[in-house]
Amino acid sequence: MKSHVLTQLRSLEAESVHIMREVVAEMERPCLLFSGGKDSIVMLHLAVKAFAPARVPFPIMHVDTGLNFQTVLDCRDRWVERTGVQLVVASVQEAIDRGLVQEEPNGSRNRIQTPVLLEAAEKHGFDALFGGGRRDEEKARAKERVFSFRDDFGQWDPKNQRPEIWNLYNGRVHQGESIRVFPLSNWTELDIWAYIEAENIDLPDLYLAKDREVVERSGMLYEVNEFTPLKDGETAQVLSTRYRTVGDANLTACVESKAATLIDVVEEVAAVRLTERGATRGDDKVSEAAMEDRKKEGYF
Amino acid sequence: MTVLTEGAGEAGPASETHAEIVSGDLLRFATAGSVDDGKSTLIGRLLFDSKSIFADQLESVEQVSKDRGNDYADLSLLTDGLRAEREQGITIDVAYRYFATPKRKFIIADTPGHTQYTRNMVTGASTADVALILIDARKGVVEQSRRHTFLATLLGVPHVVVCVNKMDLVDYDEQVFEKIRAEFTEFASRLRVPDLTFIPVSALAGDNVVTRSENMEWFDGSPLLSHLERLHVASDRNLVDVRFPVQYVIRPQQNDARDYRGYAGTVASGVMKPGDRVLALPAGLETTIESIDTADGPVDEAYPPMSVTVRLADEIDISRGDMICRPNNAPTVTQDIDAQICWMDESASLVQGKKYAIKHTTRWARALVKNINYRVDVNTLHRDEDATEIKLNEMARIRLRVTQPLFVDAYQTNRQTGAFILVDEATNKTVAAGMIGGAAHQY
Repeated sequence: MKSHVLTQLRSLEAESVHIMREVVAEMERPCLLFSGGKDSIVMLHLAVKAFAPARVPFPIMHVDTGLNFQTVLDCRDRWVERTGVQLVVASVQEAIDRGLVQEEPNGSRNRIQTPVLLEAAEKHGFDALFGGGRRDEEKARAKERVFSFRDDFGQWDPKNQRPEIWNLYNGRVHQGESIRVFPLSNWTELDIWAYIEAENIDLPDLYLAKDREVVERSGMLYEVNEFTPLKDGETAQVLSTRYRTVGDANLTACVESKAATLIDVVEEVAAVRLTERGATRGDDKVSEAAMEDRKKEGYF
Repeated sequence: MTVLTEGAGEAGPASETHAEIVSGDLLRFATAGSVDDGKSTLIGRLLFDSKSIFADQLESVEQVSKDRGNDYADLSLLTDGLRAEREQGITIDVAYRYFATPKRKFIIADTPGHTQYTRNMVTGASTADVALILIDARKGVVEQSRRHTFLATLLGVPHVVVCVNKMDLVDYDEQVFEKIRAEFTEFASRLRVPDLTFIPVSALAGDNVVTRSENMEWFDGSPLLSHLERLHVASDRNLVDVRFPVQYVIRPQQNDARDYRGYAGTVASGVMKPGDRVLALPAGLETTIESIDTADGPVDEAYPPMSVTVRLADEIDISRGDMICRPNNAPTVTQDIDAQICWMDESASLVQGKKYAIKHTTRWARALVKNINYRVDVNTLHRDEDATEIKLNEMARIRLRVTQPLFVDAYQTNRQTGAFILVDEATNKTVAAGMIGGAAHQY
């Protein structure tokens, strides 16, 4: 007698596949936001599974800050090649050159990605954008809907979200409005890693530990490279490190780790004591309400 | 999957090896309580004692608590996320929390208790296996405890766990607990509660949340977490009535799979196997399941909540919104729906004669409100048969006429095919949750 009970990973997978099919069935022009990070890669992997044997029936969009790790771009291109998915690139550098946005004094292009993203979405007429956000990442995200309604300025109003009951999602929008869809809402970082390991998903090698030349700044470790060169008076050291998140190359720190294989990473994540954003993203440290504010502006 | 035997290190969040952690199943529970019942503290305690919160989150909570001059770490800060909530010290929306033990992954829908946000309780309970009801030991069973239990049973939540909280403030007195248990049991006997459990706890002090309380030796039940870990939920699901709402037709426009035609969807209930005779609705035609496909290859059976792609032996015209079932076990095909609804829109009321968009499984249609049979006051649960409009957070029994047939079951026998939402066609807002058929509960 079979148990007819799905494991947690297969339950999460089934839910994500259901959400993606629902969006494709109901929305005019969906698009998947692809950063090259592990969450967006898992999303693309799920999209491939949801529509097999057909190709993924929507494009992916990379908001290119111009501050990319080369290995992330290489991985992106491998995925495009392998799946035949259409790639749209929205360039932040080009938007700076045009004067749409201005470089921020701290060198972060995180915030100025938002207008670039919104402009590209409007230009292509995307009415549904898949994002890799998870509710376990941050307190403001814990209340995010799976189908998150955005007004015609792309803004999120936490007090004006549609109730989500059962799995009956409502993606109906007026002209100019859109929804953000988070198929990974109920996944945790550990689920993501266990799934990557179980499915042997192709990731940028940044996520795996190796010896890297790093410098310590305000308690965070930055790899010494063209984005984060050594400053006067600083000394570099070689440590076994890996990246837990992949953001702008000039702002994303790595952490000390010996996890050189996917299994090692799963094991490490299961034991780790810091949330991934707290550990590695300088741009999230601004204030406790930082994420809430950025979401209201249209950030993911 | 490879089994790991070492290296998970000292106790962190989920200190077991990954192979054990991800092999458990998924349990969804909804919490409800009045404003000061300590619900956020209880969840904070579950996360904290099961080592599911992280060092930086705890540091932040301790710092803020200290800044506010609190004597102890305010664990409710772990869950009260939005700025407006922190300012008002209340929870204004459903928040989802996650933690895992070696046995299970838990998804908590943390729903606010105060009157104006009843819709969030309905939202949280709609997918829950378990409803956690909090009662303040000093106050006993209050109106809101009754209302939350009523909503949980109306939403078909199969297990109800009543946590009698703040036992530390009544000297861990067994008599206080027993009095509340008796009163609650008496009231619950008038509702449909398949499984009811009582646990005396102190969320603040940690008694009977994760570890057994030394202050309440008289209690011989399990602490909350072990109860949730052991709760048997597999048999709650309907594995008898095959219901497969077609979500999307996969027809690759590609040279390598030109002849493929598969019906993608999530199994709502029942167990499907290749070779099974099936009936497609609304076509009314019978055929056989040729194959049940997934991206990882064909499977020999599909059950809820699997997402699969079904191929049929004969070419039948089937599209999104259609339903595959068994010839001798079909849902009711009807354009007339009797349902209990919860109204969720603050800006407009439900009125007789108005038309809404209706979404039932994967099918959209339009629905006309033919009749408001009666309104249920969710505070007093009094029935008002003269009601002409239904406002935010009110429940009502209504009759709808739908523009095209829906394939429905009673909500009490099928939480998937018995549920629908109404959407305002002008604003596109989701305005109501509906549960089909069955007698309304009353007490």
